[in-house]
Amino acid sequence: MKLRFLAPVLVFAVLVPLLIFGLSRNPAELPSPYIGKPAPVFTLPDLEDPSRTVSSDDYAGRYALVNVWATWCTGCREEHGFLLTLAERGEVPIYGLNWRDDGAAARRWLAELGDPYVATGFDPDGRVGIDWGVYGAPETFLIGPDGTVLHRHVSPLTEAVWQRDFVPLIAQEGR
Amino acid sequence: MTRVLVCLVALFPAAAFAIDGERLDDPELQARYERIITEVRCLQCLNQSIKDSDAFLASDLRREIRRLLTEGKSDEEIYDFVATRYGEFALYRPRFSGKTLLLWAGPLLLFVVGAFVAFRIVRGRMSLPIEDP
Repeated sequence: MKLRFLAPVLVFAVLVPLLIFGLSRNPAELPSPYIGKPAPVFTLPDLEDPSRTVSSDDYAGRYALVNVWATWCTGCREEHGFLLTLAERGEVPIYGLNWRDDGAAARRWLAELGDPYVATGFDPDGRVGIDWGVYGAPETFLIGPDGTVLHRHVSPLTEAVWQRDFVPLIAQEGR
Repeated sequence: MTRVLVCLVALFPAAAFAIDGERLDDPELQARYERIITEVRCLQCLNQSIKDSDAFLASDLRREIRRLLTEGKSDEEIYDFVATRYGEFALYRPRFSGKTLLLWAGPLLLFVVGAFVAFRIVRGRMSLPIEDP
């Protein structure tokens, strides 16, 4: 008899934390299946000089950021200032992946806003984007010295996000 | 009446042109292609399959799937291709694995719990004295 009154209370007590957990998550932010796994390799023509290539070997053995961007992406414009700051601080080299974009427009963008990238790979048909599981720009991957993906951030990068999600992962193992 | 007719006529082109105009030469591959693209979620729009979506990510994925099909890959290999890049979430029917165990076993689990509760209630009532009016 006691259970009859207690049961709804128990169900309620279990359901509420579950719903709070469910509602506090952003369903548009998908976890990358690559976290903790080797990052996909790529070789792409250099955006600035198509006779050269940019490849995942360029940052082998060190921490690196791979930043997916495009000129049609407003979030990329938003984070560009921070990327420049980050590049200036020289904490981690940033490699660009220019995704599904127009080459001339992308070069103009870098000339006008400044170029935070060590090099930018040019991926106009989005093939490398698919290999990396990219579903929306901007996306930023943190790659470890052993070539594994340590973190992926979807949406513009900011100082706060950098300090919260990236720095601890880098500091953990020492640079 | 004329207006209704005009509207009806205007509707026809919409039905005639699907989002995906690309076709594979082999009808058997085309049939597999059409089935596979209804099973893959468009990550840009989330609640559409890549067959129904005209987002560029969907068209990129359709292109890759066509390429894999013409390379002779099996359906399973193609679903693998999608899942390693975008996770099981990208498949409308996630494959059975440790991660999706709760998803697949959940309904059965709920059924068993429900059956147990129902059994308890029914048994409780059976032990009640039969009322004689």
